[in-house]
Amino acid sequence: MGEGEGDDDIVELNHPPHKGVILFVHDLKELGFGLLSIITALSIVAIIISIAGINPIEAYQALIKGSFGSINGISETFVKATPLIFLGLGITIAFRGGMWNIGGDGQLLLGALGATVIGVYLPSMPPVLHIALSLVGGFIFGALWAAMPGFFKMRRGTNEIVITIMLNYLATFLIAYLVSGPMKDTTQLIPVPQSREIVESAVLPRLIPLTRIHSGFLIALAAVGVVWFILERTVLGYEIKAVGVNTDAARYGGINIFNTGFVVMLLSGGFAGMAGMSEISGVHHYLLDGISPGYGYLAIAVALFGGLNPIGVVFSALFFGALNVGAESMQRAVGVPTATIYLLEGLVVIFVLARHILKRRRRSS
Amino acid sequence: MFLEKVLTVAFISGVLGAGMRLAMPILFAALGEVFAERSGVLNIGIEGMMLTGAFCGFIGSYLTDSPWIGLVFAILGAGLLSLLHAFLSISLGADQVISGIAINLLALGLITLLNRAIFGLRLIPVSAANFESIAIPGLSEIPILGPFLFSHHALVYIGLILVPIIYIVLFKTTFGLRVSSVGEDPRGAEAVGVNVGRIRYICVAIGGVLAGIGGITLSLANLSLFKESIVSGRGYIAIAIVMFGGWNPVSVLGAALVFGLVDALQLYIQSLGITQLPSQLLISMPYVVTILFLIIRFGSSPPSALSIPYIKEN
Amino acid sequence: MLYMNGISKRFASVLANDRINFEIREGEVHSLLGENGAGKSTLMNILYGIFQPDEGQITWKGEIIKIQNPNEAITKGIAMVHQHLTLIPIFSVAENFILSRRSTREPFLDLQAAGAAVLKLAQEFNIAIDPWEKVSQLDAGTQQWLEIIRALSRGADLLILDEPTSVLTPQETERLFKTIELLVEKGKSVCFVTHKLQETMRICNRVTILRRGKVVDTVNVCDTNERELARMMVGRDIQFHIDRAPANPNRVVLKVEKVNIQAKNRHQVLKGASLELRGGEILGIAGVAGNGQAELAKALTGLQAIQGGKIVIDGEETSHLSPKQVSQKGVAYIPDQAWKKASFSDFSIEQNSIIRSHWEEPFSKWGVFNRKEISRHAKNLVGGFDIRTTSEQMLAKSLSGGNMQKLVLARELSRTPNLIIAVNPTAGLDVGAKEFIYKTLLGERTKGRAILLISADLDEIMELSDRIAVIYAGEISESIPVNEVNLEEIGYMMAGGKQGHD
Repeated sequence: MGEGEGDDDIVELNHPPHKGVILFVHDLKELGFGLLSIITALSIVAIIISIAGINPIEAYQALIKGSFGSINGISETFVKATPLIFLGLGITIAFRGGMWNIGGDGQLLLGALGATVIGVYLPSMPPVLHIALSLVGGFIFGALWAAMPGFFKMRRGTNEIVITIMLNYLATFLIAYLVSGPMKDTTQLIPVPQSREIVESAVLPRLIPLTRIHSGFLIALAAVGVVWFILERTVLGYEIKAVGVNTDAARYGGINIFNTGFVVMLLSGGFAGMAGMSEISGVHHYLLDGISPGYGYLAIAVALFGGLNPIGVVFSALFFGALNVGAESMQRAVGVPTATIYLLEGLVVIFVLARHILKRRRRSS
Repeated sequence: MFLEKVLTVAFISGVLGAGMRLAMPILFAALGEVFAERSGVLNIGIEGMMLTGAFCGFIGSYLTDSPWIGLVFAILGAGLLSLLHAFLSISLGADQVISGIAINLLALGLITLLNRAIFGLRLIPVSAANFESIAIPGLSEIPILGPFLFSHHALVYIGLILVPIIYIVLFKTTFGLRVSSVGEDPRGAEAVGVNVGRIRYICVAIGGVLAGIGGITLSLANLSLFKESIVSGRGYIAIAIVMFGGWNPVSVLGAALVFGLVDALQLYIQSLGITQLPSQLLISMPYVVTILFLIIRFGSSPPSALSIPYIKEN
Repeated sequence: MLYMNGISKRFASVLANDRINFEIREGEVHSLLGENGAGKSTLMNILYGIFQPDEGQITWKGEIIKIQNPNEAITKGIAMVHQHLTLIPIFSVAENFILSRRSTREPFLDLQAAGAAVLKLAQEFNIAIDPWEKVSQLDAGTQQWLEIIRALSRGADLLILDEPTSVLTPQETERLFKTIELLVEKGKSVCFVTHKLQETMRICNRVTILRRGKVVDTVNVCDTNERELARMMVGRDIQFHIDRAPANPNRVVLKVEKVNIQAKNRHQVLKGASLELRGGEILGIAGVAGNGQAELAKALTGLQAIQGGKIVIDGEETSHLSPKQVSQKGVAYIPDQAWKKASFSDFSIEQNSIIRSHWEEPFSKWGVFNRKEISRHAKNLVGGFDIRTTSEQMLAKSLSGGNMQKLVLARELSRTPNLIIAVNPTAGLDVGAKEFIYKTLLGERTKGRAILLISADLDEIMELSDRIAVIYAGEISESIPVNEVNLEEIGYMMAGGKQGHD
């Protein structure tokens, strides 16, 4: 009873990643469960903290005060959330399209590079134009960094997980090389490994004076709208989701699997690149080492927790952003290391997984 | 001038010796991953398990002044973590990639937390008793081969011996056959009475244990040092090596050696102080090699049921 | 030796087994004969422990037993060799053999001993086999023999063979028969589940005929012949009959010329298949599943590459076009298992209503969807085909099987195709849904469309087709006008008989 395969050179997307992980934000029960998993994760971490001899209530108080207790705190939350939103969008597109893009970090760095190049080496011009170019540059650089794994995955079925991760490291080295070499700012008195500052016209304006929150956040929200529109209202989004959910039926439906998969990677990398642009043009204003402390991996937790849904990603990113900001104040106040956040994030992802397994089981019994 | 410096016995012996030592952590992790993947479970969480092994091993040795006790700690720590992955992906049937990533995040958080809590931030890093280099009398004096094969710390010898042992287990025992059957065709295996779940658990646990040993090889053998970035992607590289090595311990050894030698080469070249080549280019060589490994597949295909959760029909 | 008394089993709305009495004697080859869907597989799955009966009991070697799972069945001495073999293709013969037994040199593999054991058995059964060859390299007949031997080596006394010859060549079938004879000499019993009459006559001692979940009769093979068996198997009661005008075929819409398709293991799935179809008529291709139908349908719609021959639709060669291109030529395709392969169960009904035309106006323009149009379209489909749902926003998986199928049909037909290819369009559906789909297809026929109906359900073929051809082992017979067809003849051909024999 053979089921013949389609054309032999089209790669079968083995086991699409997000099957069973999508939350629908308008399902209240899912929101409730999201809350439950946060609370459970916080409780577990609280237990660990108290074993270490620190009062968890004090710790959490410091956490909340840090992220929400002051204008500075709240704005920092938005600053931290901005790249997470961009990255989360990229991962949402990738996972829903059946591609495991773990290369967010690297694509972010390349996007940062692109924005720096445009901000430093192009002359002053009307800010709107300059910022738009930086945005495009960031997107293109990020997309290019994702193009290679995308190509090899669709053409030859090469495992994109490891390649994208390797590219993360390579991106770090590339940036390190550039900022200590060809792009180094030699005009400084004491030369440090960073690039020249970007020109004034390429800077993303501050939204609230005396805080770091910049219009990158607004661009991120716009990007959320764009991604939402693509996924929910366009042919492309339909094809992306179709390929991710049921490759056979997608092929039956006339969708070109190779093209779609490749475009998915390009988009995913592009949005990650925009995260990099936002960090450069809005926060740092020059390129240096260490721009992305693991944002790419964190964003996976953000995207999953947000239900692989662009709107959910915003709330999820704000939540994780708040955690990160609060964690710093928690460290200052009671000495709990900021790395506790990773623990929390890991737990949250596990709960997301568990939830959907339970849902699947209940459905099939 | 450059070549003169390179083609000396001292240089070559140095590179070979260092290459072997640098290959070891990845070899251990890759050998463990061979077991896991042959039984059909993809373990992205190797990175986290190596980190756990590195840390637990360090702690163990720090507390007891014995690297061997540290080894036990490392095995326990990484092993427990692997059981979590096994539970999520095998018993619950969760997506194995997401489970692995969650484990990496978890491990990073937990280990960093414990590290800061126990050691705090110090200017002078802590050290613990590590595995000393054991030169095999006589053999270690052979030029070039000596430093390459016979004057290493105990873990290297263990690793090298493990390769043929694992080869035999996988290809010459009934257990190994069952592992392959579970990875190729779990339904067919189940139909003949093989307990798919049990075999997968065992293989993932072996994977964890070996990853833990790989971790401690990083913190207590080459140097005696622990920092949070000590693994630096080697877990993922191990996965690539497993693919490139065709899920066969012997070719995995070869691929790990290639990686180790490239890594050693770039370190030694850096030490020659050649300023024309940027250090970042050199450091990136191992990672580039890994990407090449993945792209140039030699046609060996993975176990057919790899990364597909097996849900028993009822 | 085996008695199954009053076995009944119901799946949802279908009564798969209806108070079946079935028995097998020691040293006998007993055929369980019936069409697809007659209930044979269900009965055997109950015996093998995969399902539990709703009613009835099983008596084995004098004891009443309950079989909870296949392992229990095997321990008791009942083994089953399925249509889809469970050997591990990458492994060698010897390796597969060892997998099911203890090695003589635990814990080490003793491939030599296993190989020797296999060779010894092969000699007994007169089979040529190389124990070191990979199972995937073996031909289907040898693979099957190996499965049988493996089952025996675990101590089976009753061997259930489920449609064993569906993938075998005539020569391999002969070898299988010799193997069965040898098994019987050793005192084993064989239950031969099949739809093929020739084989039943050839090798079996007795035959039990199942039809629609009930036992028709149990007879000795020597007391009957193929014609009689065909009549019992297929029956005379056609459920309902839709009146229709005689066909009025116009131009040739589809021409298939000597198409060859080869599967990955070199098995020739389609051999020189040819057919011709005109607008305004329904050509029914009857055949038991597994004879090349799926591949034929896929090849016609661009989802399967062909290795020879030509496909021409509306005068243009489409042999190597992509699925999208074929679809754009006005071809509607309702594949087998349409709920799985032609719809996205996690998408909404609206989103499913535009599959295969989602890039076209009015559904989308410049890449953006026109939701109003899509919503209207979905409502039309749902209304026009009486699809029971509370809202078109519901996920497709909330639809019942029948409604899902109606949705696929509605969607495909709404594209006003010239050529409609439908594979098992009413499989598993209730009578109401069936009737609706039949009426719809006949309506299309009246409008002058060409319809290729591929089905394993003979009633369906007879009900709808103007001409009938039979596909067997990758070959398609000449087509016969329906009023010249005789049911038994078709059943005969579906089971491998040659056209025109008496």
